Amino acid sequence: MTIPYPAPQPGPWTAAAMIAAVVLSSTAGEVLTAAAMKSIGDLDEIRAHSGMKGAIRAVVTCPLFFAGVSFLAVAFFALLLALNHLNLSLVAPASASLTLVTNAIAGKFFLKENVDRRRWISAVLVCIGVYFLAH
Amino acid sequence: MAHPKLSARQYMILGVVSVSAPLGDTCLSRGMTSLPAISLAHPLTLIAAVFTPWIALGIALLIGFFASYLTALSWADLTFVLPATAFGNMIVVLLSRFWLHETISYQRWLGAVLITVGVGFVANGPSLTERPAPAAELEPAAAVREEQAR
Repeated sequence: MTIPYPAPQPGPWTAAAMIAAVVLSSTAGEVLTAAAMKSIGDLDEIRAHSGMKGAIRAVVTCPLFFAGVSFLAVAFFALLLALNHLNLSLVAPASASLTLVTNAIAGKFFLKENVDRRRWISAVLVCIGVYFLAH
Repeated sequence: MAHPKLSARQYMILGVVSVSAPLGDTCLSRGMTSLPAISLAHPLTLIAAVFTPWIALGIALLIGFFASYLTALSWADLTFVLPATAFGNMIVVLLSRFWLHETISYQRWLGAVLITVGVGFVANGPSLTERPAPAAELEPAAAVREEQAR
């Protein structure tokens, strides 16, 4: 069943839930993918030693990579659904800026990355900048 | 494999990540807004949307984004790659102003400047968290030191 076009704008809670679904699933996907790529090693070096096939094999044989891609696929369809009901000028900046903050937190606690003051300031500046771009 | 400073090729990969993601998202938006509203009760209609031209083009751009993004993650931290590639938003603003001749408000210019400053902040720092080398890698160095001690 399809709803008549143009669709009515969803309420603020529904819009927030749609954006939260994109943010949470893409954060999980990006953290798992980053962990997979760190466990594989530098792709440029692998390609220099084993060629492009070797680099592709190294990526597609990593289980963490598939877990990450599964979450990114969920995030993609959540984004398609959100774009179907909400404006791009709301969805893209809101999900991009919130994902930056959730990724900084996840990077610190799950990936043990050195999220120093410089990276926090950068994440906050980009976050505010994306907010202004949306207006 | 730490890379405190990135090479020109690595900066180029970050550039591809920056440009292909906003362009891909724009194509997806163009495609999805032209479709009738899709209900969660019929998720298969979302799959059918994938085969429409704008969404297919958006997906092709996002595949290019994903390949370069994975490459970047193999030599840099996630918390470095994400802010660094936010520069794509700035590129979109510049394209809108000088190519599409759109009027850009002061707030949007301020947003673009903040993003640029934020990217400058993170890009000047180290791209990868340095970790202690595994014991296996340390052993040869320890052996050399023992040899010298003798």
